[in-house]
This record gives sequence, C-alpha cells and structure tokens, in this order.
Amino acid sequence: MMILLIYVAIFVAVMLLYTALHKFVRQAHDFTSLKTVTFGDESAVRANRVASVVSVITIFLIWGAFTGSKLVPIHAPGPFVGETSFTYEAVNPAGETDEGTVYVRVHPIDEKAEVPVVAEDGGAGFAKDDAIKVAAWRASDPFKAQKNDLGGQEDGYRIVSVNGQAIEPLGAVQVADGEVRMTGRGSLVFEPAKGWQMEPIWLPAPEAVWGRLIEIAREGYQNVTLLENLGWSLFRVLVGFLLGSLVGIPLGYAMGLSGWFRGWFDPIVEFMRPVPPLALIPLVIIWFGIWETGKISLLFLAALWIMTIAARAGVSGVNISKVHAAYSLGASRFQVLTRVIVPNSLPEIFTGARVAMGVCWGTVVAAELVAAEKGAGKMIIAASKFQNTDIVMMGIILIGIIGYGIDILMRQAENWLVPWKGKA
Amino acid sequence: MSHLIIEDLSMRFDLPNGEAVQALQDVSLELKQGELMSVLGPSGCGKTTLLNIIAGFLAPTSGRVLLNGHEVRGPDPERGMVFQKGALFEWMNVRKNVAFGPSMKGMPKAETDSIVNRLLDSVGLHDFKEKAVYELSGGMQQRVALARCLANDPDVILMDEPLGALDALTREKMQGLVLELWKETGKTIILITHSVEEALLLGERLVVMAPRPGRIHKEYRLPFAKMGVGADLRSVKSDAEFGSVREEILNMIWEMEEEIMGRQEQAL
Repeated sequence: MMILLIYVAIFVAVMLLYTALHKFVRQAHDFTSLKTVTFGDESAVRANRVASVVSVITIFLIWGAFTGSKLVPIHAPGPFVGETSFTYEAVNPAGETDEGTVYVRVHPIDEKAEVPVVAEDGGAGFAKDDAIKVAAWRASDPFKAQKNDLGGQEDGYRIVSVNGQAIEPLGAVQVADGEVRMTGRGSLVFEPAKGWQMEPIWLPAPEAVWGRLIEIAREGYQNVTLLENLGWSLFRVLVGFLLGSLVGIPLGYAMGLSGWFRGWFDPIVEFMRPVPPLALIPLVIIWFGIWETGKISLLFLAALWIMTIAARAGVSGVNISKVHAAYSLGASRFQVLTRVIVPNSLPEIFTGARVAMGVCWGTVVAAELVAAEKGAGKMIIAASKFQNTDIVMMGIILIGIIGYGIDILMRQAENWLVPWKGKA
Repeated sequence: MSHLIIEDLSMRFDLPNGEAVQALQDVSLELKQGELMSVLGPSGCGKTTLLNIIAGFLAPTSGRVLLNGHEVRGPDPERGMVFQKGALFEWMNVRKNVAFGPSMKGMPKAETDSIVNRLLDSVGLHDFKEKAVYELSGGMQQRVALARCLANDPDVILMDEPLGALDALTREKMQGLVLELWKETGKTIILITHSVEEALLLGERLVVMAPRPGRIHKEYRLPFAKMGVGADLRSVKSDAEFGSVREEILNMIWEMEEEIMGRQEQAL
C-alpha cells in the first residue's frame, strides 16, 4: 500500500516537474505539435519517451530502495541490525523487585553470529542480565529470564514490566529497535524492528538477481545450463507453433473456400477456440504423458485454432474485386489461390502468428511448471521449491524479455514480408 | 455482324425475407466491334448486375450473352474488367500487376516485358514500373488497372465506374485517356457510370436504365466520344447539343428518382 502511494507520488511529481521544465526544452516543430485539440485525438497522443525512461528507472529505484540494494542511493528503512538491549523488572515470591538487562545481538539473516557475552555475576540483585541473538526479520526464541534469575523457578516469580512499561502475558511493549512480547507462560520474545524493506526471500535485490543470472548462465541450475533451459522452451514453442500453422493455415483456407469444410469444422473450431490451452494440460498429460509429445501436442493445439481462424479471416478479407479481376485476367482457381488469396491473407496470418506465438510462449512456461525436466518454467518452479526467489525473479524477467523479443521479431518479419499492410 | 449480343436477359432472385427481386427484365443489346457504350441509371437499376453477367460473374435466370458467337458462361480473359478501386494486387509492383494476365497464360518473359513497357508508356507510367501500387495516387492506380486489363488484349473491356473514386480534375484527365485508348486499340468498351457528363463524353452509344425492374429505358447515339478523341474535353462539354442532351437525361433520371420516392411513400 505504501509502495503504491510512493509510486503514485513519483508519477505525479515527475509529471509536474516535466511540465514545469518542458517550456525550457527545445520544442518539436512538426505538424502534430501545432494541434490544439489533443485530448480526444488519438493520433496526437505520442508516447512521452521521458516518461517511459523515468517509468523504468522508478521501478528499479523502488525495487532497490525496498530491498536494500547497493545500486540505489536512497533506501527505505531497513531491518534493525546490531546490538541493542532492554531492561525488565521482575518480582520474586518475597515481593522484592529487581531489574535485569537483556543484551540482544541482531545479525543479518544470511550470517551466523554468537550470543553476546555478559558478565558472570550479571548485576546485583536476583534478576541477572541475559544475552540473546536473533536474525533480522525474525523473532527470538522465547527466552526464560527465570532460568537465569535467582529464584526464577519459584512460584510467585514474574516479570512485571519492560523498560518501565507494565507487561502481561500475551501483551507487548515497544522498546528501542523492536518489540518485546510476553508469551502465555511468562517468557519474553524480542522481535527486532523489521523496517520497510522486503526480506530477500520475498523480494531479492536487483543485484542479487543479476548475480544469479551471471552465476546460472555460467554454471547452470541443477545441472542444466540456462541456455539449455531457455532453448528447450523456445524449441517446444517453435515446433508446436510450426505444426499448428502447418495444419491450421490450410484448414483455415479450406474453411474460407469451401462451404462443406466450413460447415464441418465450424463447430469444432468455435468450440475449441474459447478453451484456454492451460485447461487442456491435464487431458494432454493423461493422453500423451508428461514428456515432449505431451508438451508439443499442447502447443500444437494452442496454435492450431488461432492460425485456423487467422487464415479463414484472411480469405474472407479479400476484396472480391481482386478475385474477379484475377479470374478475368485468365487465372485458374489454383492461380487465384496462390497469387491472390494467399498473399492477400498474409497480414491476417501474421497477426494470428503473433498472437499464437504469445499464447504458445505463455502455455509452454505453464506446461513446464506442471512437469518438465528442462525449460524456463521448470527452472523457476524448481527454484521456488528451494525458496530461491532470486532465481524465480530472474526466470520471470528472462521469460518476459524473450516473449517481448519474439514479438519484436515477428513485427520485423511482418514489415519486411507484408509492406503493404494497412496501406491498401 | 454483331460482336457482342445480349439476348433477353432477366434476372430474378429471392431475398431472405421471402420477397423476390427482379434485378433485370428483358434486357437486349447488340454491340459492334469497337463500339463504346456507356450505361447510366439511378442506383438499383441493375447496371452493375448487367455488367457482372456480361463478365460472367453472375448467371442470368433467362436469356444469354453471346460474344463472337459463343455463349458466356463464366469469367474469361476475352472480357477484361476495370473496377472502381481495390482490384490491384498490393503485393506486386506496377510492372507485375500489368504482367499478371500474360503470365497467367504462360507468355514468355521477353514478350510480356515488351507488352508491359508499351502499355505503361501509353498510360504515362513509364517511370513508375517498379513502384509499389500503394505508393501511387488514385488516378495512377486506375492507369495501372487500365494497362493491366489491356495487357491481356481482351475483345471487350467492361468498366465498372472506373473513375468514380477520383477527384474531378483527375477524372477529366482519365476520361481523355479512356478515349485515347479506345481510339488506339479499337476495343469494344462498356462503361458504367453515375455521372451523366461522363456517360455523354464516353459513349458513342448511351443506354439509360430504369429501376424496378432493371430495364433499358432509352438509348442514344452520340457524337461526343468521337469529338473528344484528342480534343479538349471542356470544349466538347460546352457544345450546345451536349448541354441539351445532358439536361434531358438529368430530367429523365430525376423523374425516375421521384417515382421511386413516391412508390416508397405509398408503401409506407
């Protein structure tokens, strides 16, 4: 909640700052810059690249600030680490009171530490000083002052206050650098202040993720290299997509060209289209097992309907004048198909292919989460079982980058192969 | 001897709501080789249907179309089409669009190239051979469409409002080009148009059709097409006879439209 507020605050602050500074920057003098009506004119709305850059930086800043990253200058308050102490007051059966001090050493969660040393006699009176250690973000074990204190085991002994504030069983008292709670049986628990930063097990720092990337790229994870993991996922996507296209595109053409084919396959396609590929995973595992056949069948099904529908739309999108013109120019049916209908449907096919690749990429990761020996999804699910959140984060970021990369490549191929798209 | 004979064409089809449409009724026409005929009429008079039947895209319910003595049964390169727009192949450049017909016949490349070059010269697109068609203006695209149709050397050229999507100035230039090509090639041309002026300029013969059912209302034989070949079309338009025929036809179509409106009001 707080992070969201900070994010919104940065959004507004940078926007106001940008607007204020904008008039000092050299302005564009193109046609769009002269439009006075921009609210409602979509073509006049251009992505502000400054905003994009700041947006990405902001995410990294917040990520770093709340994970104690060394790459980021500003940090949210971290968990308390170091030496602290508090005092407690106990009453013995005789009705006397005495104060003892508890020395606490809070150590970073990934380091070992020794319990601080206290003087043997532990102070005058019956309440003797204690020492405990606790890891940051954790609560200490209940420590029994009564074990140490003289007469602590006798009936009537009890702790009445901490740092001068009264405490009761199941109550809590705020002290410097943390909180002291009393258990139901009168023991004390110290929980050091957690600060606002995330524990690495929830969210590792950016450099930890980067470090993992380097480490896993070099050494692999669970005897599988990173390239192998990603390569297997990509391989499955490509094979599934190609098989799906190989069947789907001709099927789509047939449905666009023949009433019998359309009638026959319409119910099947329309029924299968809204079924998310992920819902097929259990059935595919039952039918084809968890190995490559299963995963590739799943991706084949994911790509098949999308490509069928794209090809069908490509045929129905052809301007009838083009077909008439081709026949009038002496083209045979086969020539009309290869010279007119196929090229004319390419824009639709490419749109379908982009969607299909996106769906396949998402499906392969999900399928690997369920069962796989190698693959991006398998890597992150295995890492999550060992609570290696940094590997999970790294995997997610790589999956995102690869998915984005695939889409960019498809768009490039589209611009190259279908230069007339949107211009006819 | 007649070259294109249209014999008692009727076409009637059912609508989904159970009514039937009489798109054409007993349309008969005879054209000689090399005649230029324009067809005019209010919307719904069946002029495009007539053209599509001649092209072989639609079958009449009765009657037939004969070209050089044989009956038309489907599209064929002997009858070329020029459409209003959108019929060029965007995935081919200008040269390949024009070469489409010859390449369908398997004509050798050298021969195809010489035909394409000659036609692109005569429509004034010599310097645009390798351009993509979507880079051309609307007028230039229609020049490509004319050249593509001529490349097949058809016996009859059917034009479905070929200049309808062009602006007035380009349109006038293109009208001159159509007359020139007609004169040059001696092709039989049937041209459908919405514009009375265009029908007068581009028709040795002018057929006015009437709607519901689609039928031939009146036919004219006009001198303006011949006058216009190689001449300034604006001087043809300012001819006194041109003006009087234009007024006559405009009134005729106006009355037809009024009648349709009246019928619709009665139906309501």
